[in-house]
Amino acid sequence: MESKAKFVEDRKKRAVVKTHGIDNAATFEHPASFQATTGRPDKTSLKDFIDECDIEILSLNDEEIVFDLVGAEPPLANALRRILIAEIPTMAIEKVNMWQNTSIIPDENLAHRIGLVPIKADPREFEEHTALTQAEVEEGVDDTTRYTGDDCLKFKLHVRCTKKDPNAPMVINNTFDEERLYNNPNVYASHLTWEPLGNQRTKYPTPESEPKALYPDILIAKLRPGQEIEMELFCEKGTGKTHAKWSPVSTAYYRLVPDIRFKREIVGEDAKELKRLCPVGVFDIEDIGGIKKAVVGDARKCTTCRECIRPAKFADVVDLGKWKDRFEFHVETVGHYRPEELVVEALKKLKEKTVHWLEVIQQESASGAEEK
Amino acid sequence: MSSSRKEMPPPPQEGDGNDFHELYNEAKLSQPIKKIEEKWKLVPAFLRLRGLVKQHIDSFNHFLNVDIKQVIKANELITSEADPKFYMKFTYISIEKPKIEEDCESHQLYPNECRIRDLTYAATITVDLEYTKGDRIYIKKGVSIGRMPMMLGASNCWLNNMSNDMLARNKECPYDPRGYFIIKGVEKVLLIQEQMSKNRIIIEQDPKKNFCAQVTSSTYTTKSRTTIVHKNEKFYLKHNTLAEDIPIVVAFKAMGMQCDQEVAQIIGTEPMYLEGLALSLQECSQLNILTQSQALEYMGSKVKTVKAFGPSKSKTPSDEARDILRNVVLAHIPLSKHHMPYFQKCRYMGLMIRRVIEAVNDPTKLDDKDYYGNKRLELAGQLISLLFEDLFKRFQFDLQKQIDSALSRTGARRDNFDAITCIRQDTITSGLEMAIASGNWVLKRFKMERIGVTQPLSRLSYIAAIGMMTRINSQFEKTRKISGPRALQPSHWGILCPADTPEGESCGLVKNLALTTHVTTDCPEAPLHRICIDLGMEDAALLGGDELYSKEHVLIFLNGQPIGVHKQPQKFVRNFRFLRKRGRIQEFVSIYLNDQQNCIYIASDGGRLVRPLLVVEKGKLKLQQRDIEDLSLGLKDFNDFLKEGLIEYLDVNEENNALIALNEELLSREHTTHMEIDPFTILGCVAGLIPYPHHNQSPRNTYQCAMGKQAIGTCGYNQLNRVDTLLYLMVYPQKPLVKTRTIEINNFEKLPAGQNASVAIMSYSGYDIEDAVILNRSSLDRGFARALYVRRYQADIKRYSNGSADVIMPATLPKEKHRQGMFKKFHALDQSGVARVGEALNSGDIFINKYAPVQLADAANQTLSKPNHQPSDNFEYKPRPEAYKGANPAYVDRVIMTSTQEDPFLIKVITRQTRVPEIGDKFSSRHGQKGVVGLIVPQEDMPFSERNGWCPDLVMNPHGFPSRMTVGKMIELISGKAGVLTGACKYGTAFSGDPVEEMGKLLVKNGYSYDGKDVLMSGISGEILPCFVFSGPIYYQRLKHMVQDKMHSRARGPKSTLTRQPTEGRSRDGGLRLGEMERDCLIGYGAANLLLERLMISSDQFVVWVCGKCGFIGYEGMCSYCKSGEQVCSVKMPYACKLLLQELQSMNIRTQIKLADV
Repeated sequence: MESKAKFVEDRKKRAVVKTHGIDNAATFEHPASFQATTGRPDKTSLKDFIDECDIEILSLNDEEIVFDLVGAEPPLANALRRILIAEIPTMAIEKVNMWQNTSIIPDENLAHRIGLVPIKADPREFEEHTALTQAEVEEGVDDTTRYTGDDCLKFKLHVRCTKKDPNAPMVINNTFDEERLYNNPNVYASHLTWEPLGNQRTKYPTPESEPKALYPDILIAKLRPGQEIEMELFCEKGTGKTHAKWSPVSTAYYRLVPDIRFKREIVGEDAKELKRLCPVGVFDIEDIGGIKKAVVGDARKCTTCRECIRPAKFADVVDLGKWKDRFEFHVETVGHYRPEELVVEALKKLKEKTVHWLEVIQQESASGAEEK
Repeated sequence: MSSSRKEMPPPPQEGDGNDFHELYNEAKLSQPIKKIEEKWKLVPAFLRLRGLVKQHIDSFNHFLNVDIKQVIKANELITSEADPKFYMKFTYISIEKPKIEEDCESHQLYPNECRIRDLTYAATITVDLEYTKGDRIYIKKGVSIGRMPMMLGASNCWLNNMSNDMLARNKECPYDPRGYFIIKGVEKVLLIQEQMSKNRIIIEQDPKKNFCAQVTSSTYTTKSRTTIVHKNEKFYLKHNTLAEDIPIVVAFKAMGMQCDQEVAQIIGTEPMYLEGLALSLQECSQLNILTQSQALEYMGSKVKTVKAFGPSKSKTPSDEARDILRNVVLAHIPLSKHHMPYFQKCRYMGLMIRRVIEAVNDPTKLDDKDYYGNKRLELAGQLISLLFEDLFKRFQFDLQKQIDSALSRTGARRDNFDAITCIRQDTITSGLEMAIASGNWVLKRFKMERIGVTQPLSRLSYIAAIGMMTRINSQFEKTRKISGPRALQPSHWGILCPADTPEGESCGLVKNLALTTHVTTDCPEAPLHRICIDLGMEDAALLGGDELYSKEHVLIFLNGQPIGVHKQPQKFVRNFRFLRKRGRIQEFVSIYLNDQQNCIYIASDGGRLVRPLLVVEKGKLKLQQRDIEDLSLGLKDFNDFLKEGLIEYLDVNEENNALIALNEELLSREHTTHMEIDPFTILGCVAGLIPYPHHNQSPRNTYQCAMGKQAIGTCGYNQLNRVDTLLYLMVYPQKPLVKTRTIEINNFEKLPAGQNASVAIMSYSGYDIEDAVILNRSSLDRGFARALYVRRYQADIKRYSNGSADVIMPATLPKEKHRQGMFKKFHALDQSGVARVGEALNSGDIFINKYAPVQLADAANQTLSKPNHQPSDNFEYKPRPEAYKGANPAYVDRVIMTSTQEDPFLIKVITRQTRVPEIGDKFSSRHGQKGVVGLIVPQEDMPFSERNGWCPDLVMNPHGFPSRMTVGKMIELISGKAGVLTGACKYGTAFSGDPVEEMGKLLVKNGYSYDGKDVLMSGISGEILPCFVFSGPIYYQRLKHMVQDKMHSRARGPKSTLTRQPTEGRSRDGGLRLGEMERDCLIGYGAANLLLERLMISSDQFVVWVCGKCGFIGYEGMCSYCKSGEQVCSVKMPYACKLLLQELQSMNIRTQIKLADV
């Protein structure tokens, strides 16, 4: 009986990396998946889930949060990841009025580049801009005139490259001395200047609170004497679903936490060899009574390079497992939000969506009941 | 570098006391020879000297500086039939640098101006003249006789030796290959033409399986082919000018040989040759031809009568025969001044017969026509030289005619006549221009008529342009299904690229040069002849047949002509090569000993293919590691190595005397004479882009060679200033992570065409079947594979002879102003009537608002009566606007207003579109693996790596591998991945790239699996994928085929006027044809009504009134034949059918329609 329970437990919780692939990778969601073995359907209760599910923060800094999502199943973890990538709104430049562009970058490519510059502004303080209706489009309404302080941030970019010494000859083939010879040979994100709309000046009174480009050293274009870029930029609130520029994360991913075991003890030279095989140093050697024995040091270091199971003698001994209900999340922010805030926002969004679908289902069943 | 130098063992000191022991140290001798590191550096050094397109430029320079002077010398004199005292002599010719004279002002003409203004990049040809005027001799210098299109980069081109800085100022790209011409703003390349060698004996079998010896003679004045056929055991002379084959002994007699013994001796007196000749001698005596005059008479009677000559100066048949023998048969063999003028020709013919007899007795002695040593390449210089000579002759002919007519006049006009005024420049100017522009090389003199000699230079990508410059066109007919000339030959090794050839009809006929091939130019023969004599050669002029062919010594040929014999062939060859190494003989002159034929062949003619090889002596390379170090430090260059004898050029024939080792391991002490610089040089510059090509199935490399030319990338540093009709440019091109030496050498890194895509090789959705790829939407959002599509439109503002001219106007004419709805299409125009720069153009928008005048009937009279009246009042103007067509908007990039030499006003509008990849666009890796985009997937749906969140840009289906066997692509992925992890580019150079085992070790070191397979998580379900996925970076090219340019649909639309059927083709918004095979299907299925609907109702249904009585077509209710409407019925038929009936009727063919009730 006990072995049966262990078998089910293993099947449910542990995927195993083999040389040919990953065994037992699938999730068993259905309560009756193991009914034949155990003789009864699994218990599924919200309470159990609430008891089991947990978040353990492993590390946190300005850029990245690493945490374990425990006791959850892939759909939940994946939903969180997908929301992080595609559904948390940020502010990004969406519309451009190009007044002058004599640089070598064509207008639309310059606009595209500038759209990808992350903007430091809290999107929670903005509303979504309502798109033009078809009728308005046909009428030729200029969308940029409809922006207000509530749904838009306006920037200006006006850079002109000149020679530092007006009498200097026009040097063409120089790539080394540009900063010394010219004013503004490079257009950086720091050249963006914020222009308050509506009551934004009072909203962001200090230079620190002012909206600006997150990173001042992003190169937008290169200029040479006589070239000029002048444009008005309008930020909108949007999500990564529409365009990658609104995505608040550099990357958000998770992995299954490794669980490495030995099927039997590895001692002596073999232990040394195993330790040497692993390029990231998962294995350690413990000296117990003169017998050198291989032990798993830090399983989390494992990158699943499978070097340890490459030699035939280890393939059956080293058991490279992965917990299927333990997700090591990595969320790296672009900078709009703090990483921990991002996770909270994502969970909020997930909740919002769940509530929405709950309502839909309830309405459906209500109307269905009425019909009956 | 310095540290590595210290580690080098000190160079062995010569004359050292240990020398003896060193030599006989067994252990040392058996040691493996140390590999020379970075030997490949010689290749860029070679290319710096001899460049990829240097052969074009060299050849043209040879023409400009040497050949053209010889052409003038050969045609220097003009005399007049009208005045025997008159003469005009061309004493000197030179070509200036390109300049243009406009508005009485001359300025330097640079290529970019030509491209923009549709001008020809040409320089004036000036001559120095000496001529008579009256009784005096005048000397005139620097008289212009026309303009010579100038090859870019040639010695007289402004760009020659120009610094990068100056090139940039003149809007030129420093990496541009040059070597092309600009004719009327279009860049034209003269393709290299492959031909059989001139003036060489080729033994082959004619279609009737007769053995024959063939020689194509070519001199400055004549080109002819002489054949000696072995037919029915007898020999015959065959020639175009002779209607019948002449028995060879008759020909010998006609050339002054007196007895059979003489004939036999000149061929050889060994029994084999005598036996072979016996029947021929017999035939001659049977014909009863004993003397020279008899023989000439006999020959004269067989001469083809040429009608075109008109009233010829009635020559006797024997004179005609003598003329032919003298000037046409074996024209390249000179006549001697001695008592027997034809002796050399006889000897040559004897040699031909000898070779045929040998071949008859041993068919292995037949020559291989496809052997590349028997081929010569004709380059721009030679082609232009031929053309120029022809035009110069025509120019002189015209000049002479004018002078004749002027001099045949009388009085003061004749005395004051200055011949210089008759010089017309446009014969040569337009002749050259036309030939290069059209590619039609028509030379009546040589009966040469070639089409497609030039092609517009493809500027799709940089590689396309270079690929075109190294292309070789052969003269064979494309339609013939022959495999011989198409096959890859062993003699192509190292000189022609084995991979780069097109598929389809011209497969194997169009070839490409390998990386280190050089094409020679002509080198004078006289000094070589002199050197041969100095080396102890006995002059052939002093020897008879027997002595010539004696086994005691070998016969020496210089450019196909026997010049003498030598008793010690090995020594002679060795000495000759020694002199060449010492620089006493030009490095490209080849000498080789043919043991089989017991001959030495020396060749100095142009068009041979040579390649550099490392010299090996006593099983050791003469090149040392320190030489390579000197090279990389810039202390020495390729020429120094050549002078020091470390490197030698070998042509295809001389390679037969060499044993060339592939690498150090294959060096053998006794026999090896040379070693390859690096094996990757057997590939051309296009095939050189492929990483690990030696791991691919060979056709895949060929496919990639075709596809690399279609890749969107960068075409030059001046690409944004170019005004080509169509340009595809990549917005963010990247240099490949896995590169090759060739990539570094041909500057592909500087002007790349593609991006390093993160690829996961796995099955995803179902939208990746049949080679489709899946793209990541976020990658596209961030700029992956974004391309610019730049297109030029132009309009010229013409002036008409009646004084009117086209006009361009802003917006609309006042008259049309009331039509408010039409205003939208004018929105892009500025005050001058041309679109503003930066303006968006939608379909139908006008960007050049041009109006053309239409003369009114009474306006013509008005102009006559009031000549000073403003012309514009007299004309009605009709709109002739240039409007934008296309589903997606484009932006006006540039507007150029300029003038050409013909048109005073030309407007060019350049539009630009940025194109993000969409479903259906074509992509390809560098291994002939093309595919279209099947689906674009949001990033969150893409699989991601559990290692670091890595997510593919592109997903490729693994089914693309098993049948294609492009293992190189897999290795590229692994090397690329290793390169990314270690932060360095890896090499996939052919035969010597970074080994995959090493790359695997690097992967492991960085915590990845050695096989490149990673654990991915599904982006859709969130579960771990049960398989490992092969993933990493692969260099992907976006190809120029995009759906936007191809998609097409139509419900209703235009019909052609004649048949009233829907038009054909996308450009005319045509319908989709239900063709014969589709028709067959519908018939087979029995869908008669569907067939009727498709073929008639939806196409060209027409109601015709048919008279039931006479069967003719009438009109509504009436038959004009029967003059009644009684039995006239309406019938529905295709309009095309009605048209056919009427056309037949108009040809007096009566077609009747019989009507019956159904």
